[in-house]
Amino acid sequence: MENNKSTKQKKTETLDEVVIHFAGDSGDGMQLTGTQFTTSSAIAGNDLNTFPDFPAEIRAPAGTTYGVSGFQIHFGSRKIHTPGDRSDVLVAMNPAALRVNLKHLRDGGIIIANNQGFTPKNLKLAGYEKNPLEDGSLSNYQVYRVDVSKLTANALEDLNLGSKVVERCKNFFALGLMYWMYDRPVEPTINWIKDKFKSKPELIEANTRALKAGLHYGDITEIFTTRYEVKPAKLEPGTYRNITGNAALALGFITAAKKSELELYLGAYPITPASDVLHELSQYKNFNVKTFQAEDEIAAITAAIGASYGGSLGITATSGPGMALKMEAIGLAVMMELPLVIADIQRGGPSTGLPTKTEQADLFQAIFGRNSEAPVCVLAAATPSDCFNIAYEASRIAIKYMTPVILLSDGYIANGSEPWRIPKAKDLDTIPVKFHTDPENFMPYSRDEKTLARPWAIPGTPGLEHRIGGLEKQDLTGNVNYEPENHQKMVNYRAEKIERIADDIPDVEISGEREGDLLIVGWGSTYGSITSAVERSRAKGKSVSQIHLRHLNPFPKNLGEILYNFKKVLVPELNMGQLSTILRSKYLVPAISYNKVQGLPFKAEELENKIDELLRG
Amino acid sequence: MADTAVKEQKKYTAKDFQSDQDVRWCPGCGDYSILAQTQRVFPDIGVNKKDIVWVSGIGCSSRFPYYMDTYGLHGIHGRAPAIASGLKMARPDLSVWVATGDGDLLSIGGNHFIHACRRNIDLKIVLFNNQIYGLTKGQYSPTSEFGKITKSSPHGSVDHPFNPVALALGAECTFVARTLDRDPKHLQSIIKAAGEHTGTAFIEVYQNCNVFNDGAFFHLTEKGQKEDNVVALEHGKPLVFGANQDKGVRLDGFTPKIVSIDNGEYSKDDLFVHDENADNDVLAYILSRMTYDPELPTPIGVFRKTQKTTYDSEMQNQVNKAREKRSDGDLDELFNKGETWVVE
Ligand code: SF4
Repeated sequence: MENNKSTKQKKTETLDEVVIHFAGDSGDGMQLTGTQFTTSSAIAGNDLNTFPDFPAEIRAPAGTTYGVSGFQIHFGSRKIHTPGDRSDVLVAMNPAALRVNLKHLRDGGIIIANNQGFTPKNLKLAGYEKNPLEDGSLSNYQVYRVDVSKLTANALEDLNLGSKVVERCKNFFALGLMYWMYDRPVEPTINWIKDKFKSKPELIEANTRALKAGLHYGDITEIFTTRYEVKPAKLEPGTYRNITGNAALALGFITAAKKSELELYLGAYPITPASDVLHELSQYKNFNVKTFQAEDEIAAITAAIGASYGGSLGITATSGPGMALKMEAIGLAVMMELPLVIADIQRGGPSTGLPTKTEQADLFQAIFGRNSEAPVCVLAAATPSDCFNIAYEASRIAIKYMTPVILLSDGYIANGSEPWRIPKAKDLDTIPVKFHTDPENFMPYSRDEKTLARPWAIPGTPGLEHRIGGLEKQDLTGNVNYEPENHQKMVNYRAEKIERIADDIPDVEISGEREGDLLIVGWGSTYGSITSAVERSRAKGKSVSQIHLRHLNPFPKNLGEILYNFKKVLVPELNMGQLSTILRSKYLVPAISYNKVQGLPFKAEELENKIDELLRG
Repeated sequence: MADTAVKEQKKYTAKDFQSDQDVRWCPGCGDYSILAQTQRVFPDIGVNKKDIVWVSGIGCSSRFPYYMDTYGLHGIHGRAPAIASGLKMARPDLSVWVATGDGDLLSIGGNHFIHACRRNIDLKIVLFNNQIYGLTKGQYSPTSEFGKITKSSPHGSVDHPFNPVALALGAECTFVARTLDRDPKHLQSIIKAAGEHTGTAFIEVYQNCNVFNDGAFFHLTEKGQKEDNVVALEHGKPLVFGANQDKGVRLDGFTPKIVSIDNGEYSKDDLFVHDENADNDVLAYILSRMTYDPELPTPIGVFRKTQKTTYDSEMQNQVNKAREKRSDGDLDELFNKGETWVVE
């Protein structure tokens, strides 16, 4: 590997974990820089967790604070659960990037600033009257002013490239410098460049040179005296790749379709932050995947229902506002008892809200959002890679119980990434599907004794011609029926069918003591923050137990028993207290809500403080 | 799904398409005729019963699937074209029909209708147009005439109506036709023609709601009136009408005019000759605009019939090609895509 082991006069310090935040203009290639650093760190054997911070505007004017694009990576030699509360290093390509992200940099943290980005114009755009690199206002930090643009231009001088092209290579210089500082392998990035610019050899040369120039700069310049080492983490043996939540979701659905031998059909309408599910799945037509970009959210789900009726695994993916539009159709799928998975990648609301920011306030919508008694199964993914498992689990339940399943993810884990231990396809269970074919005494609304699922009888089957729809069904025959007793019976059936799923899901696992003073109950994307907070509290000698719910309707059967064994139950949520309300009403426990709705995830330290407070009080 | 050739089957009769459900429309409703003509003509469309699906939305007309002994899905208000689209994409082997009404298709479901048309997805959409909301007991609909007095418009509706045929043409529908509930033969022939078309086929059926809008189309359906008010479109034939077939429609520039063909001034050769396959949709559009012109007869028949690739077959082609060209869905390969690393 080409890392520079020959550095002599510089000392090396070993660190357990580091958080780096790359920030610049939307056009500065910070997402690319971040993902390259991620791959390299993964290959170096670290555990890690990342989060991109895109501007809400598509092409915000250059140099503005609202045009800042960032990427945070947290990597370490121990288990990493979150992208990190605060960064240790801020790479700022311009003053706006500094202004926006300085508040997340820890005291004494490192700032690497691109000198050429701090022009009078950019300073003004970012709202600085004086250059913060010069006015002493950053004395709490270690500031390194690096001529990133200039040094990049020098390195590429003889290539005769346009100045715009040269300027676009500067992120590789910054990346090279960070590779030097944290002793990362550069080969993966060089290979990536070669592949990416296959047809443009001059860009291969330019970007590779910029990368190496950054790397060598760290080595020869005198301003850096220390480089850092972060040893490999102890990860479970296996083959890994880095994966975002939305990509994992797509793979989970494909796997479920393959393992059930069904065609996968996605109906979707573009919406942030769910569109990547559509983008991902549309690439995999060779897996018998059909993706339909519908005219609206309602068409997206109703088309998926049509596909399920025809014998496909119908799914749809959306976010809060789209979810609201789909509710009537979910009710139809409840009534027709067809398999359907609805993935809701939550974002800040209400209404259009904060499209690019995260929140978990659609739990009520998922569980209660329809007219009348319309129970559905609700699941939530805990981490980016867990999206794979949860997509598979949602599909399994939908098929086995002939029911819509709502799958909750959110912007934080949808775009965030972490290493995923790649499973072997043959180790994954098949999902048995039996289309009904026997016309003898066929009853569209007869039920499986155990699951209460009705038969899946698809068009094209001789002798099974029958009609279903949104009007109340008569038990067994499925004919339209308005009789009082029948309605009660069918409402009960639909409710019990969902309840019985509890027999088919694992008990929730408890981390820590089985009884005690404090239990933390989480769900969804807060898993990482809660786990970090709990680990830190335990490191201080405190006894805190933790459970994390992936099944939210129905709950795992042992949930009540666990709750009753603790004096205090804390429920941290990125909403105003939705799960805690449900737990209080269902189990009559005085669950304590801890809420935050700022479009941001919890910081582990916020939760740690709350734990301290509760254990004191 | 095997496409069982109908030839191997016994020839169906209308009875084979009657389900065991009691038909519950108001006595005298035009829907009965649409159902009866459909059941009569379906043995001739050449599709096995098991491969036919009727999808509907909400409204009187949307009860239709319950009465057809085929597969059926009674959906939610306005969404039938979207449900049917998903079904057809997933199952291009099926013959998918939509039964819908003017409120269902043109009000709440307008968006799905125009998008189904522009995609040219292979659906047959039968619009039961009675120009009123029947199931909700008598409010004006998006096809009700301006000024219509109903329960919800006691001072007269100030909505201008849609012209469904013009709307379908504007949305690039490849088969656009109109027929009448009280003209069984014509109704049958149009259903059959729609069944033979590949791509979105739209049929507007003028349907009498004898409870809330009785007689809305009597000028087009009743003896003694219809002769002067209706002109039947026939491919390659001039537009002739009148009790004695003595009147015709002639194009004056882009304006259709009524002329006499029995007084020696004009002959059949001077008339507008209907070409349903014309590349250009201008003529079909001119015909569609005759609908609400009180001076002109209302055209019935096929306005336009053209060929275009269908959404469902294109979608299936992409899947087939991807499966030929790339590995046929190897999960391990998929999981290991991109940069991977091994932890020992
Ligand atoms: S209300 Fe009108 S359209 Fe509906 S069934 Fe009665 S007559 Fe027919």
